[in-house]
Amino acid sequence: MKHSLANAPPREPPSPNASGMALPVFYPDFLSEARRAATDDALHNALDHSVTGKDYDRREILRELPDADALRDLAGRIKRHTLDHLDYYLELLEKNVIRHGGRVHFASDHRQANAVVIAIARRAGAKLIVKSKSMVSEEMRLNDALAQAGIEPLETDLGEFILQADHDHPTHLVMPVIHRRAPDIGRVFAQRFQTPYTEDPSALAEMARTYLRRRFNEADMGVSGVNFAVARTGSIVICTNEGNGRMCTTRPRVHVAIMGLEKVIPELEDLPVFLKLLARSASGQSLTQYTSISTGPRRPGEHDGPEEFHLLIMDNGRSRLLAGDYRDVLRCIRCGACLNACPIYRKVGGRSYGSVYPGPIGALLTPLMNGLAPHQHLPRASSLCGACYEACPVKINIPEMLIHLRKDMVDARITGPAQRLVFGLWSWTLRHGWSYRLGQVAQRFFMRRLRGPDGWIARLPGPLRGWTQMRDFPAPPRHDFRHLYKQYRRAQSRPPSGRI
Amino acid sequence: MRSWPPAGLVDGGPYHTLPGWTLRNRGSYNAAMKVTLFVTCLTDLFAPQVGMALVKTLEHFGCQVNFPAAQTCCGQPAFNNGFTAEARVLARRMIEVLADSEHIVTPSGSCGAMIREHYPELFRDDPLWQRRAAAIAARSYEYVEFLTRVLRVDLRGFSLPEKTTFTYHYTCHLRGLGATGQETIRLLEQIGNAAFVPLEKAEQCCGFGGAFAVQYADISGAMVRDKVECGARTGAAVMIVNDGGCAMNIDGARHRRGDGFAVRHIAEIIAAAIANAPPPEANRS
Repeated sequence: MKHSLANAPPREPPSPNASGMALPVFYPDFLSEARRAATDDALHNALDHSVTGKDYDRREILRELPDADALRDLAGRIKRHTLDHLDYYLELLEKNVIRHGGRVHFASDHRQANAVVIAIARRAGAKLIVKSKSMVSEEMRLNDALAQAGIEPLETDLGEFILQADHDHPTHLVMPVIHRRAPDIGRVFAQRFQTPYTEDPSALAEMARTYLRRRFNEADMGVSGVNFAVARTGSIVICTNEGNGRMCTTRPRVHVAIMGLEKVIPELEDLPVFLKLLARSASGQSLTQYTSISTGPRRPGEHDGPEEFHLLIMDNGRSRLLAGDYRDVLRCIRCGACLNACPIYRKVGGRSYGSVYPGPIGALLTPLMNGLAPHQHLPRASSLCGACYEACPVKINIPEMLIHLRKDMVDARITGPAQRLVFGLWSWTLRHGWSYRLGQVAQRFFMRRLRGPDGWIARLPGPLRGWTQMRDFPAPPRHDFRHLYKQYRRAQSRPPSGRI
Repeated sequence: MRSWPPAGLVDGGPYHTLPGWTLRNRGSYNAAMKVTLFVTCLTDLFAPQVGMALVKTLEHFGCQVNFPAAQTCCGQPAFNNGFTAEARVLARRMIEVLADSEHIVTPSGSCGAMIREHYPELFRDDPLWQRRAAAIAARSYEYVEFLTRVLRVDLRGFSLPEKTTFTYHYTCHLRGLGATGQETIRLLEQIGNAAFVPLEKAEQCCGFGGAFAVQYADISGAMVRDKVECGARTGAAVMIVNDGGCAMNIDGARHRRGDGFAVRHIAEIIAAAIANAPPPEANRS
């Protein structure tokens, strides 16, 4: 495949992603992050108001569609088809972007991708880059790379703007600043703009708006993400609610759109399927406020649009996923519905997931892209309730894949010997009727000795103590079911006595 | 502290001492439908009264219930934790134990989902066992599903001895069985003297998840705390939970916090309602 990396030799910036991993890791210690968040009532209340609320909004608005389930099915099948023929569709996309006067760059990892953006910026003489929200750019840590190259990146999505001002990271795919409270944000603004403290949302928004309007005019280059890239027409589609995306893609002279290679869809006719699902799943809207379709740079006679249009397609480990058992994870359209539906996310928050992608989809993507060993808690810390699968607009079977990752960890011996021993013994006991009954008798004996006067166990020993940290454990009653059942049948077979 | 059901009605003594159990209404639904009980290991050890309630109610609705004593565990804990080989051994055993069955009924949603959803998938590379697994899967039912879709019971003639308010926690694994939870609520609302109050975030997982509850006690604890707080806020006397694991988790947290509501399986409520019906002699006179 011919691509323009050849003429822009990647000059590698110092990698912000430690040890060459595909995804940056901000908080490596899942357990301590999760433990802290699990007792944070303020966080739980805030998440209930936002994400749990959005989950209900999603269900509500999906009912408007004549057959939402069939539509999700269709969306999943379109994605699967595209992934099955990704080589074809990527080439088609490249051809059509070039046909409309754009340029296409392929980057195999985040380093190359950053190098491409920096090279384009240098050639354009850009000092300031305005950015609309893009998860792929978070994956690249593009802002850090640009800053190191002496170029100022400016996030223009309000949430990302706040995070950038406070050197923080997003904790939700579509509501990046969900973990911050109003007073917190007021403080960030007061510092950033040297103005008196306020936490009135509209005053804060107005402040950001006035500032950003000025900066949009000063920027030489805009960087955006891509929600969908239509192979047949070479168009990119961006869905936003604030309108900043459109400013980034039309106002500056140069527009660079960055996408993961899974964002391509075949035809323009496929787009409505995804647009109907994306906004509904992400934010409970029937459509985002702005849905922009742009095809190439400004053509002669047109009034707006950039002079130069670049599409940067990043792999960063995705093609490896394409080849394995986890291809379906690449269907993801980053709507965040699985986060909103997830009872674990509601309790541990986005930060605990440690990297760019939080929630159930992150529990898959992070270990898949970075390796299982450093992220072994992510697939395990799930009750497998299936709420994410039910919410997913492209029907990614997340719980099944989490189980599959757990199996991979057992096979690779990442799962520790203690657990292997426990499960080995346990399953052996259940293999025979006699050992099962012996096990039940032993359990009943020991547990009944542990019980308190109320019949409950307040403290379980050893590795089981986790259970009794927050709840009591029931002591088994004197007789098990098979005993009661035998008694019952015996009583039936006896001739009735007394009362008839 | 409220106690429900009233002593002596369900868990106060052996079932066969309840008056008029097997005499009433027998065979008024489907004559002698053969039901094999898959009681699950948790119910066997920790909640035998739920298993007995299943036997009693199913017999009441005209089923011939049998319980193959060779059954142990479906292998769900091993499967969920990635120990596929171990799960396969236990699944094979279960498939053999349940081979001669007409209908398989289980009180536990997640164990039902294991057989229905995961058994066929577990033997993806073994056509012979996959066929056997699929045969078992096709005739296995969760209790409420069996009552509503196969037996199509109508509980409107039954009533509880005293007015009781219920709330209902949706067991996550019912998703895999295509059940919305409305089935249980509808059954409940048919019973006289039973009032239903909806539970806030009813479909949010209680945090059980087997080994998860022990390994990630902080997260699981936060989840079950949320569930129990929502339960207490309803003011209901009883929370219906149709899964052995969830029930153990919610009841344990409720007990630790000292909340007043009881955690019961729907079969226990139906059993109590049947037991409370006036004896047929009284009807006749």
